[in-house]
Amino acid sequence: MELNILALCYLLGSISFISGLKMLSNPATARKGNLLAAVGMGIAIFGTIFLYEENGAKLGNYAWIFGGLLIGTVVGFLMAKKVKMTAMPEMVSLFNGMGGACAALISIIEFRHLVHVDPVEYASGGYQFYSSLDGTKLLIILLGLIIGAVSFSGSMIAWGKLNGKIKDFSFKGQHIANLVIFGLNVLLAAFIIVARPEETPLFFYVIIFLSILYGVFFVLPIGGADMPVVISLLNSFTGVAAACGGFLYDNKVMLTGGILVGAAGTLLTVLMCKAMNRSLKNVLIGSFGGGNTSGQPGVAMTGAYKEISLSDAAVVMGYANKVMIVPGYGLAVAQAQHVCHELEKTLESRGVEVKYAIHPVAGRMPGHMNVLLAEADVSYEKLLEMELANEEFKSADVVLILGANDVVNPAAKTDPASPIYGMPILEVEDAKHVIVNKRSMKPGYAGIENQLFFQPKTSMLFGDAKKALQDLLAEIRNI
Amino acid sequence: MNQILEWIALHQEMIYVVVLMIFVGIEVIGRVPSVLHTPLMSGANAIHGVVIIGAIIVMGKAEQDNVPALVLGFLAVVLGTLNVVGGFVVTDRMLEMFKKKK
Repeated sequence: MELNILALCYLLGSISFISGLKMLSNPATARKGNLLAAVGMGIAIFGTIFLYEENGAKLGNYAWIFGGLLIGTVVGFLMAKKVKMTAMPEMVSLFNGMGGACAALISIIEFRHLVHVDPVEYASGGYQFYSSLDGTKLLIILLGLIIGAVSFSGSMIAWGKLNGKIKDFSFKGQHIANLVIFGLNVLLAAFIIVARPEETPLFFYVIIFLSILYGVFFVLPIGGADMPVVISLLNSFTGVAAACGGFLYDNKVMLTGGILVGAAGTLLTVLMCKAMNRSLKNVLIGSFGGGNTSGQPGVAMTGAYKEISLSDAAVVMGYANKVMIVPGYGLAVAQAQHVCHELEKTLESRGVEVKYAIHPVAGRMPGHMNVLLAEADVSYEKLLEMELANEEFKSADVVLILGANDVVNPAAKTDPASPIYGMPILEVEDAKHVIVNKRSMKPGYAGIENQLFFQPKTSMLFGDAKKALQDLLAEIRNI
Repeated sequence: MNQILEWIALHQEMIYVVVLMIFVGIEVIGRVPSVLHTPLMSGANAIHGVVIIGAIIVMGKAEQDNVPALVLGFLAVVLGTLNVVGGFVVTDRMLEMFKKKK
């Protein structure tokens, strides 16, 4: 009876995950969808604690279980409540790493359990013992371990990189080293499964080490702007690792939840890559930034850029009919979203129409700009997606670009030699004036020059986005 | 070859579930507006926290005298809970902001 109720709990859990994810994909129902999935998760968790049975035995160690749940809940809740909106992507990465570590730990414990023998039995022939292990179980344990551990260490590095604690790091032949580590790992795992050597436990621990190392090396060389893609990919990895647990325990809710996230996460990864006009392979092997760019001369930059003073910029914007703001990575880094909203309100009080043009991959994650501007209370209707924005640029007097670069680079349309050729961009040159706020003339993430900065209608306003906006705001109020 | 076929036949129920869920996952996400990508990723992140159930099972099965299993299991439960609770709360915070601006 109780097991039947548990089966029902798991069914409810699975349904809530699927419909929750479905509701999450519609702005009107998203919040309810998240809540629904959370309720389903709660049902599955408490069902497991009180109803789960294995060979007629219930679970024990309630003190440990509830202690762990309590600590995790309090810490997780506080972290999630306190994190700043700008730090959201690294938070997701951190939580994802926790899930990966959890999956890897389960594999470690199950492995220890699987190979556990009492010494007397072992003395009578340990060699035969390993060969009698269930191969399918071993395969799934190893799979869960490798994927979980890679996801854990990779997510930790991604987290460190996004909050600036870890810098980009790569050495010559890193891809080869990565491949070697990965290959070695797979070979060792296959060797354990097929040959069952006496050193099976030792090899198992070597695999843990290699997997963690691989995760570190895999994410380290990837640039900050590509981090969203990597986090999304690691997110789907953790999903697959969770599904391995589902296989292991013949647990349908883990299996469905894990595979659901694995599939959805992979698709999301591909969608992000598409928006950046990059293949997943390029992101992972990192063809930008590396030696590749030196081999592609592209179009040589000629001419000079011109700077605009704060007071000039204030006048141009203060007397415009329509201003379009293009937020980018620089806005997120400087946490300038609130000042930006102030500027928007001040301009509107002067009768200037203000809209935001949102490139799908602006910021650190797709949709990141929307979340960021929503935090600053920017009205939803003011955020224009790329196609709509490109229509509106034609009637705009001023475009203010805040820390965006590659997403407004006309080379994506005009220069077939450019590494970003073909990427959909915001066509800001259609406006009458373009004011670009950047910290310096340094190229953006893709490592290529931006012709836009040298065009006659473009003027540069150097400085940190927050500082520049504050000064600009003061100037506009003074007009 | 025969072994592989046997393995597939033996686990066909699981394999069906996997294949169908892959389609469901792709179908469900395919129509998401890009505005919702970040909350969606975060929500999916919370859902794979379902791995916590495995952690609870290993924790509950650990023998009283098996200290490594108890400690590792406990750690797994804590980390899994972090994933679930943190994931859902962060997602809710993001979505809350989307609502406010109406």
